[in-house]
Amino acid sequence: MKIVGLSGSKVGSKTRTAMDYTVKALKEKYPDIEVTLIDLAEYDVQFSDGRNFREYEGDTKYVAETLMDADAIIIGTPVFQASIPATLKNVFDLLPVNAFRDKVVSMLVTAGSPKHYLMVEQQLKPVLAYMKAQMVQTFVFIEEEDFYRKQIVNDDVIFRIERLAEDTVVLTDTFTKIREAKEAEYDF
Amino acid sequence: MEKYRIDQSKGMEFGIYTLGDHLPNPLTGERISAEQRVHEIIEYAKLADQAGIDFFSVGESHQEYFATQAHAVVLSAIAQATEKIKIASSSTIISTSDPVRVYENFATLDLISKGRAELIAGRASRVGLFDLLGYNIRDYEELFEEKFDLLRQINEQEIVNWSGEFRAPLKDAQVLPRPQSGSLPIWRAVGGSPASAIKAGYAGVPMFLAHLGGPATVFKRSIDAYRDAARSRGFDTAELPVATAGFFYVADSSQQALRDMYPFINEGMKKTNGQGFPKQHFAQGADPHNIMNIGSPQEIIEKILYQHELFGHQRYIAQIDFGGMPFDKLQKNIELIGTEILPAIKKYTAKD
Repeated sequence: MKIVGLSGSKVGSKTRTAMDYTVKALKEKYPDIEVTLIDLAEYDVQFSDGRNFREYEGDTKYVAETLMDADAIIIGTPVFQASIPATLKNVFDLLPVNAFRDKVVSMLVTAGSPKHYLMVEQQLKPVLAYMKAQMVQTFVFIEEEDFYRKQIVNDDVIFRIERLAEDTVVLTDTFTKIREAKEAEYDF
Repeated sequence: MEKYRIDQSKGMEFGIYTLGDHLPNPLTGERISAEQRVHEIIEYAKLADQAGIDFFSVGESHQEYFATQAHAVVLSAIAQATEKIKIASSSTIISTSDPVRVYENFATLDLISKGRAELIAGRASRVGLFDLLGYNIRDYEELFEEKFDLLRQINEQEIVNWSGEFRAPLKDAQVLPRPQSGSLPIWRAVGGSPASAIKAGYAGVPMFLAHLGGPATVFKRSIDAYRDAARSRGFDTAELPVATAGFFYVADSSQQALRDMYPFINEGMKKTNGQGFPKQHFAQGADPHNIMNIGSPQEIIEKILYQHELFGHQRYIAQIDFGGMPFDKLQKNIELIGTEILPAIKKYTAKD
């Protein structure tokens, strides 16, 4: 199983901090799983111009192909202007319409205010559904006060991150098994 | 239909097309040389000709895993190797070519083949060739519309006066040689959405409609939209042929056909497009109402007749060779088309 963590913003450190916790939780619990973290702050990704994802070059090609090659993706995102950052939306725009078919996608959100809680339901989930993702419905919502100097100081958040990692793996396993059984039935 | 060399009294035409892909056989992992692939395509056309198939076409894709970038050259070898079959491009990416040179090639092809050449112009579904040939992808639509328009003017007038954005103007230009009967059938290649079909309709040009999978009724919408658009500009749709083109595989049973074809489609698409073909969608390809013609000879006959009733199209074009399909399987398909499918299709679609 290949899981990619995608930290979706170039701004700030909270989302990356939370993603580091998530990757750590995954690696501790599932040492056999291949986990890759892509922090968009570290890559120079161009804007989508409509070409097939494999025809991009450099960082853009790397980011698109790594995501397409994953069995599961954990997206970490802050809230910008009541939505996801443009950097993250651009990654979606680089990929084909059915990019997340047969993939599990789970979500972790950092926000400055609890008022942004519904952003995921209203902005992020519809995009993922359109791209055919199997979603882990429960996402982890983390507020400013849960962080202190690049540490998560709220145990509840840490427990929820652990559950997110576990749910992502369990759901990916489950869907893979269901799909394999179904495909075997076709007998071709 | 005469202008497009189609005689409906003989029934719907049956054709074969290849994208000219050059992919490893997924069952063995081996890939034949480009030399062998090109020769097999020529041989494939020859077999189709001998089986009484009406039409054979070759596409151009300028990227890894393809071998017929110079499709006009391949077609010219096919012209020499065959007797009766119509030959065409599927498609010629006119956007990134000079219409004058393209016309010279295809008019010559028409002379070599003694009046059997046709041209299908398309916009490219993959865009790597824009970089390779020095064009800007942002001009994708305009490049096609302008150059397609010029191509048609060259076809219709011996002396052309033309000016546009992407090519030097033509002043009293004579584009030679002329095809055998003075002009060529020129088609517009159309992908999935009705929007593109409507553009073909507005121009009053024949439509070549490519399809992957899905219910045939979805593609009926594009055909209806095409004919409505043509009528709205005063064209007589009874004079405008429609061709559909997509996956085809015949075997003893539909289950055997699915089993034989699936790995080639799935692995081939992974290599050329980056995503495979979902098994669930492919399984639905065997349904009588699905546009993919996969099944036993009798099932395929019934599907094609159902599609003909729905679409009222003049030509169906089968894609069998995608994904490194071995040549003996192509031979077997052609044999079954020639002996079982073609006679039935002709019999039931011939118009008095």
